[in-house]
Amino acid sequence: MQTFDLEAQGLRALNSALHAQSADTNQTHWEIVNPKGSHAIAVGLDAPIEVDIKGSTGYYCGGMNKQATLHVHGSVGPGTAENMMSGMIVVEGDASQYAGATGHGGTLVIKGNASSRCGISMKGIDIIVHGNIGHMSAFMAQSGNLVVCGDAGDALGDSLYEARLFVRGSVKSLGADCIEKEMRPEHIAILEELLERGQCDAKASEFKRYGSARKLYNFNIDNAY
Amino acid sequence: MKDDTTGAPRTMPIQSATFSNPVNAEIRRAAATGIYDIRGGGAKRKVPHFDDLLFLGASISRYPLEGYREKCETSVTLGTRFASKPIELDIPVTIAGMSFGALSGPAKEALGRGATMAGTSTTTGDGGMTEEERGHSNKLVYQYLPSRYGMNPDDLRRCDAIEIVVGQGAKPGGGGMLLGQKISDRVAEMRNLPKGIDQRSACRHPDWTGPDDLEIKILELREITNWEKPIYIKVGGARPYFDTTLAVKAGADVVVLDGMQGGTAATQDVFIEHVGQPILACIREAVRALQDLDMHREVQLIVSGGIRNGADVAKAMAMGADAVAIGTAALIALGDNDPKWEADYNALGTTAGAYDDWHEGQDPAGITTQDPELMKRFDPIEGGRRLNNYLKVMTLEAQTIARACGKNHLHNLEPEDLCALTLEAAAMAKIPLAGTDWYPGKPGTTY
Repeated sequence: MQTFDLEAQGLRALNSALHAQSADTNQTHWEIVNPKGSHAIAVGLDAPIEVDIKGSTGYYCGGMNKQATLHVHGSVGPGTAENMMSGMIVVEGDASQYAGATGHGGTLVIKGNASSRCGISMKGIDIIVHGNIGHMSAFMAQSGNLVVCGDAGDALGDSLYEARLFVRGSVKSLGADCIEKEMRPEHIAILEELLERGQCDAKASEFKRYGSARKLYNFNIDNAY
Repeated sequence: MKDDTTGAPRTMPIQSATFSNPVNAEIRRAAATGIYDIRGGGAKRKVPHFDDLLFLGASISRYPLEGYREKCETSVTLGTRFASKPIELDIPVTIAGMSFGALSGPAKEALGRGATMAGTSTTTGDGGMTEEERGHSNKLVYQYLPSRYGMNPDDLRRCDAIEIVVGQGAKPGGGGMLLGQKISDRVAEMRNLPKGIDQRSACRHPDWTGPDDLEIKILELREITNWEKPIYIKVGGARPYFDTTLAVKAGADVVVLDGMQGGTAATQDVFIEHVGQPILACIREAVRALQDLDMHREVQLIVSGGIRNGADVAKAMAMGADAVAIGTAALIALGDNDPKWEADYNALGTTAGAYDDWHEGQDPAGITTQDPELMKRFDPIEGGRRLNNYLKVMTLEAQTIARACGKNHLHNLEPEDLCALTLEAAAMAKIPLAGTDWYPGKPGTTY
C-alpha cells in the first residue's frame, strides 16, 4: 500500500501521483493521511485503484472520478463526487452541499447525512444516503437513482427529469413537477440492488418512489411557476 | 386628405412612436398565445456601439506605418497567468461558444475548419464536445457550463483551454433552452435526456455559488488537467468592473466579456432586449478593474457582442482588449440569413437578415438545425473557407487601421487613438468627444 502524507507532500504531488496510475498499475491501494479538509483531493482519477482517505476533506473530493474506489474515513465538503463518471466513493461521515452533483455514473454512498442539493442535475450516478438529505435535492436530476434512508428536505426533485428518487422517511415537500409514483416490482428490484451496493440494511418495501410528472418537458405556460 | 362627405381637410394618420407597428404586433401575438416571444440572436435595438467611435489616424505628432508593407503583428497569447500551456493565436479574433444542438454538426465542423485556417480558436457550447469540432479545431476552448451537458474529464484533458461560463451578454442572469424540435437522437444522447423534450440549461452552476467557491472550483479543474489549460471566465455585460475583479480574484487566466449584442441560440426576447449593457459600456470598466489589480495584459481580456469588422476589432483592442470573439458574424459568414434562401425565409414568415427563430430548427441555411434534409444544404468545407476569408479580411482591416495610427502590433492601439461621435458613446467608452479632450465623468472634471 502507498501511503501519502498530504500535509507534508502537497495536493499537486498527490493528484499527479494518482493520475500517473494506469489500468495495469501494481500500486492499487493508496492511503492518504492528514487530509485536514483540503480541497480537490483525488480529483480526476482514471484507474482501478483504491484510495483510503483518513480524515475529512474539503470541496470536490473525488470530483470527476473514473474507475477508482475512494473511501473517506470522515466527512466531506461541498461537491464531493461531482460529475463522477464511474467507480465508487464511500463517505463514512456526512456530506456538505451538492454531493454527487451532475454525476454521470458510478456510485456515491454517504453513511451519514447529506446537505442541500444532493444529486443536483445528476446524469446517471447512483447515490445512496443512509441518513437525511437537505432541501432542493435532485433539482433538475436527469437520470440515475437517489436513495434516501432517512428524510428529505424541502422541494425534493424540483424540475425533475428521469432520475428515480427513493425515500424511506418523510419528505418535507416536493418540488415542481415531482410526484409520488407507484412502486412496482421492477422498482423494488432496482432498489434492493442499490441498498445492497450501498451497504444499507433497510428494506426496499419501506420506501416510496418519486419521479417526474413530465408536465415541464415541453413548455406550457399553464405549468410555469 | 379630405372627408368623403364634407370635403373638409382631415388630420393625417400618424403612427404612434410608442405603439409602433412592431410593438402592436407583439401585443397581439402575446394576447393570442399567452407565451412570451422566444428567439435567437442578440439585441436588435440600436445602442451606442463601435460605430460611434472613430480613429484619429496619424498626424505630425503620430508617425504612420506604410500600408501593407511594414509589419503589423496580430498574434496574441492567452492564458499566461497560471497555465503551463497558454494558447498562442495568429490573430486576435476568436470564435465564441456555440453549442452542438443549437448548431448542426457540419456547422461546428466549419467553424473549426475556418478558425484553424485563420490561426485562431473555436469554442464548444452547451451540449459538450463533438468529434467534428475537436477534429477540425487546432485550438479548441471547452465551455464549462451550469448544465454540464456532456461534461467529462476526457474532453477536459483534450481541450486547449477551459471557459467557465458564468453568464453571456444576451441574457446575463438567465439560463438557456433548446426546444424539443432540435433534440435529435444524437443531441439527446450527449445530454442524457429523452429525445424531443425541451432542454433547460440552468442559469447558475450546480456546485458553486460565489467567487470564493469559484476559486476552489478552478483549483479542482486545474488539478484534473495538470495545471496545463488556460482557464477563462465568461461573464455577461452586467457589472464589468466587479465581475472582472472577482474573476481575477478567483484565479482566471482570461476574462471573456460579452455585451448585450452577443447572440444566443434561444431565449426570451424581453431578456435579450432589456437585460445587460452594450459592450461599448463594458470594456473600459473591465480594463479599469484589471489595471487596478495590476493585471492588465497579465490576465487577458476577450470582448464580444456585435463585433462585425476589422474596425470593431481595432476599436475594442484600442480600448484595452487583448482579443475579441465573434458568434453571430461567424454564422453570417457561414451563410446564415443569406438572401439566396429568401423564398424559404418568406415561407417561415420572415426575411433574410431578420430570421431569428433558430430554436425552431427550420433554418433554411442548414446551420442552426438538426434536420438532416436542411443540413444537406450546408457544406462544411465551403463554410470553413468562407469563415477563413472573413477572418482574414477582419484582420487586414484592423492592421490597416493600426498602421495608420503608427502601431506595429494591434495590441499597441490605445484609447488616445480614438474619439467619440456622441456624448453617450464618449461617456460609455470613456473616450473624448470628437473635437474636445473631454468625456462625461472624466476624472478632474465636475460635469
